[in-house]
Amino acid sequence: MNTMNPVIDQDAKVEKAPEPPAGNGINDADLEGRTVGRPFADAPKFSLRDVEVFYGETRAIKRISLDIARNEVIAFIGPSGCGKSTFLRCLNRMNDSIDICRVKGQLQLDGHDIYDPKRDVVELRARVGMVFQKPNPFPKSIYDNVAYGPRIHGLANRKSDLDDIVERSLRGAGLWNEVKDRLDTPGTGLSGGQQQRLCIARAIAVSPEVVLMDEPCSALDPIATARIEELIAELSESYTIIIVTHSMQQAARVSDRTAYFHLGHLVEVNETNKVFTTPQHPLTESYITGRFG
Amino acid sequence: MQPGNLFPLVVVLIAIAFALGYARSRAIATPLGGIRHLKSLPFYYAARASLWCGLPALIIFALWLGFEDKVIQTMVIGSLPADLQPDSPGRASLVLSQISNVASGALSPKFVPEPIAGAAERLMALRAESKMMMTLLVICVAVLGAFVAWLRIAPHINAREKVESTLRKIFFMCAGLAILTTVGIIFSVIFETIHFFNKVSFVEFFFGTSWSPQTAIRADQVGSSGAFGMIPLFVGTLLISGIAMLVAVPVGLMSAIYLSEYASRRMRGIVKPLLELLAGVPTVVYGFFAALTVAPFIADAASWLGIDASTESALAAGLVMGIMIIPFVSSLSDDVINAVPQTMRDGSLALGATQAETMTKVIFPAALPGIMGGILLAVSRAIGETMIVVMAAGLAANLTINPLEAVTTVTVQIVTLLTGDQEFDSAKTLSAFALGMMLFIVTLALNVLALHVVRKYREQYE
Repeated sequence: MNTMNPVIDQDAKVEKAPEPPAGNGINDADLEGRTVGRPFADAPKFSLRDVEVFYGETRAIKRISLDIARNEVIAFIGPSGCGKSTFLRCLNRMNDSIDICRVKGQLQLDGHDIYDPKRDVVELRARVGMVFQKPNPFPKSIYDNVAYGPRIHGLANRKSDLDDIVERSLRGAGLWNEVKDRLDTPGTGLSGGQQQRLCIARAIAVSPEVVLMDEPCSALDPIATARIEELIAELSESYTIIIVTHSMQQAARVSDRTAYFHLGHLVEVNETNKVFTTPQHPLTESYITGRFG
Repeated sequence: MQPGNLFPLVVVLIAIAFALGYARSRAIATPLGGIRHLKSLPFYYAARASLWCGLPALIIFALWLGFEDKVIQTMVIGSLPADLQPDSPGRASLVLSQISNVASGALSPKFVPEPIAGAAERLMALRAESKMMMTLLVICVAVLGAFVAWLRIAPHINAREKVESTLRKIFFMCAGLAILTTVGIIFSVIFETIHFFNKVSFVEFFFGTSWSPQTAIRADQVGSSGAFGMIPLFVGTLLISGIAMLVAVPVGLMSAIYLSEYASRRMRGIVKPLLELLAGVPTVVYGFFAALTVAPFIADAASWLGIDASTESALAAGLVMGIMIIPFVSSLSDDVINAVPQTMRDGSLALGATQAETMTKVIFPAALPGIMGGILLAVSRAIGETMIVVMAAGLAANLTINPLEAVTTVTVQIVTLLTGDQEFDSAKTLSAFALGMMLFIVTLALNVLALHVVRKYREQYE
């Protein structure tokens, strides 16, 4: 299906020709800002309105509006290159480090603008933690990996406080029993699944309110994946979790709501069981039934 | 034929051998039903013919050129009458140069004894004969070799294997050449060093605090005994290198951090090449910059502050040397810092660390082994630097750690010792080799240390 090719999309814009069909005979214009399902919530954690992201001239995110409720687990799904990771990275301004990236629209965390020029990015990121696709422990000891965040934010006054935070975070990430006797060994020496749980421990050590997870299991085997999924269920009691995933089963297992992205559009958002049993949009249906993606 | 013409001729013969070998292997293959019935591709048969043609011929060519002169000279000297036979190597070379001067026409035969003039004619004749014989021999060997290889092209011969093994030997010899040269240099230095220690004691060399390598030429000369304590030289070397590193490491490292973490792509594209331009400035230019601009400035500044300073100072040399090695540190560090995976930066930034915290707490420790390697390389460079020191720090071997005084370094002393006019076996000249040996050991130790450091910490983020 050539409509999956973003190059064609781009060419069309240059020539000012009518936008090409986005799939199943649906035009780009039909999708823009017309999310079906239940995108809004009362008193949301994140309130995102008309969000657009540009990489240079390319519009990667096209006027997305979405609320994310407190302590919910929301999964972002969609084919590769649909903008779900880009959108996720707007939420803690990780796109700032990319020179050519511009973000437009209104993005609020607890009613305060995320992209306010006066906004302290350090404070934002301390409240919105992130776990990456590939486990990326620092080349330091397990202890220092977890203590990194608390140290730079001055969360512990005494060594014993720091020890408590490290233990609590490692327990929270379900890693404590495996590493408690070797906290001084390098974090890079752990297995892939353990490394990813170490990264989760590192993220929750600064007591964030939200944890963003960018395909946290894509580099892991099924057993390690199952551990992380259990962990997400436990973490959802205390944190708001936004997870990008390529696995629809994973989205179905861990999330309360699911958002389906397509070529930079947010096509459908709804309770997870509704999205997977009775999708309202034909594109969502095609994707979850495996016709593309 | 002149050797300059013979070599291209051999190359042409090699090409012809290749072409003929190629044609013959195709011709042999055709009745068999194509080249897939040959054991090797035609290219390998042709290459084998070329090797057979070229290798023996070129080896003979090289040997001939190498020994031609020696053999002819011996023959010419041997033909001289008994009363003119030289009795020492010195006399022999005198007689020989006389003969060759006559032969080349620089000296008229009328001014030399008659046998010498005869010998000169003989020399000319022998040279012409030798050239002739060499040309014939080389061409014969080349043609014969090519012919034999051409005859031996047959479907069952595995020419590929033979060509590969010959090539392997040629590659091995090239690699061996570099190693042999190094070993040769080490041995020549070692032998001279041993000579030196026959004249001067170990204790004096390693622990002496005075360096004054003036030995007497005549027995009755005043100040006939020199002093060969290397400590002032090594202290001078360390002082200047230390000052240079104090300049180069912080500046180089911080500019590397700026370039890799903070500078925009455009800025980086402009600044980095400019910085690397520093490495392209000849050291002589740095030398006169140090001697004519920096050193007087330092002397003026010091006297303004009421401190005594000479116009030649370790500080001037060290500062300029430091500027010279900035690009070594910055360029290597920049590469290493860039090699730290982006996921490390993201991980740290996502935890709310600032760019500076990310740099100092995550990137820098991860890049440290590579940065250390770059710094040690820069140290080796600083220790070996000569020109700036000669021009800006002087030749006086003062044992001092005051950077405002004139000092000298090991390399500078080696240069002055070997450009002197004393005989080659004097302690003064030989001490240059002992110093060279010490320098070699120190830089080798630094290199080994650098390798060790890099290896020990490398696996950390991989």
